[in-house]
Amino acid sequence: MVEARPRVGGAAQAVLVAKKDLRIEARSRVAINQVVPFALLVLVLFGFALDADTAALRNFAPGLFWLAVLLAAVLAVHRSVSVESGDGVGDALLLAGLRPDAVFVGKTLALGGQLLALAVVLLGGIVVLYGASIEDAGLLVITLIAAVIGIASTGTVYGALLAGQQARETVLPMLLLPVLSPVLIAATRAWGDAMGTVATDGWAWLALLAGFAAIYSLVGAMSYGTLLEAAHV
Amino acid sequence: MDSVVSLRQAIVLLGGFPALAGADLDVRSGEAVLLQGPNGAGKTTILRLCAGLARLESGTAEVLGVDLATDRVAVRPHVAYAGHRSMLYDELTVAENIDFWGAASAVNDDERWAAADRLAVDERLHDVEVRRLSAGQRRRVSLAVAAARRPSLWLLDEPHAGLDQAGRDVVDQLIADATDAGASVLIASHELDRVRRSAGRTVTVAGGRVLEAVARG
Repeated sequence: MVEARPRVGGAAQAVLVAKKDLRIEARSRVAINQVVPFALLVLVLFGFALDADTAALRNFAPGLFWLAVLLAAVLAVHRSVSVESGDGVGDALLLAGLRPDAVFVGKTLALGGQLLALAVVLLGGIVVLYGASIEDAGLLVITLIAAVIGIASTGTVYGALLAGQQARETVLPMLLLPVLSPVLIAATRAWGDAMGTVATDGWAWLALLAGFAAIYSLVGAMSYGTLLEAAHV
Repeated sequence: MDSVVSLRQAIVLLGGFPALAGADLDVRSGEAVLLQGPNGAGKTTILRLCAGLARLESGTAEVLGVDLATDRVAVRPHVAYAGHRSMLYDELTVAENIDFWGAASAVNDDERWAAADRLAVDERLHDVEVRRLSAGQRRRVSLAVAAARRPSLWLLDEPHAGLDQAGRDVVDQLIADATDAGASVLIASHELDRVRRSAGRTVTVAGGRVLEAVARG
């Protein structure tokens, strides 16, 4: 009896969702007022923990940077999930007929955009606070993009997985951080090479990182519909 | 007339509890049906099942020709479900919500705003964030979003709750317009006298089952 309705294309749906999330973020300013200060605070505390030893800070800058990004990402992911947990919005998303993979891509894009902006601020932070220097800007930038895609796609998937859970604030970091450890390791090694602090083949680590990001993006796009259904139906 | 909703021995479990315990229900095209019954009787679950938002455990359920046991997704774009919650983004303005949900459902600009006018969504509220609206104002916006999609089946859960007199009249008009246009309306409500005026039939639900159906007049 039902006839197919005209639908917006998948790419347009993804852009629609991403713009919506970024608009909500621009209005609530959670990332600017909470996530970025938290991440900067983590960088400062690392400095205190290492007793302001400039050589040690410079050597460990890539690892400390990515650890700060991951900890801040947990807050950003939680915020991204909360947006869809409001007043029956999950039901509305299902009823609107949006493609789940498009919703996944849109939310990943929005989260990734926020994490990218955060990473740029933190990069300035490690240059100023730790005296980090950049020797291979190309490797550094491409690694940054691949790592952000990996973190954002994984965060979006795990966010959906925990969308209906009461205790997701505490469960999310316990599930997300172990899964993101390959990103932490590969991105730290690649940045170590890009900053000249580790004698390693950064491009090989970048390839590993890109593979991880691609797999998680693919798995996320394929599983997101099932996760949404499980959370709201 | 075509059957728009056909439930036979429908069972739905919510956390192991049988919210529907073998419900039978038929709704025909262009018909408005009132679901009455005590709290926890299964009225909301019937609406959610028909919207494709609840899992059918056993029995059969066909809505708009779609077998919900095998494909509950296909029916969703063709129904409007207005429950207890606003289904709007609190941090977006009224206009941004109407635009987002309209675009998501491939509804053009004119239809989105015509629906908002029909639901008498005050123009002064367009730039106000939804979280700052009263419950009644939210409900109007929520119904406007649903109306813009021109659904074939309306599923309304306490549609008059929180509305002032003018808002209640607007909802009544919405139900009348929907049935005039050939859509069907299933209304769960405790405001029996008011809804009976719009509904052609009243169905009593209790203990997860449909007990009786009484035609008006």
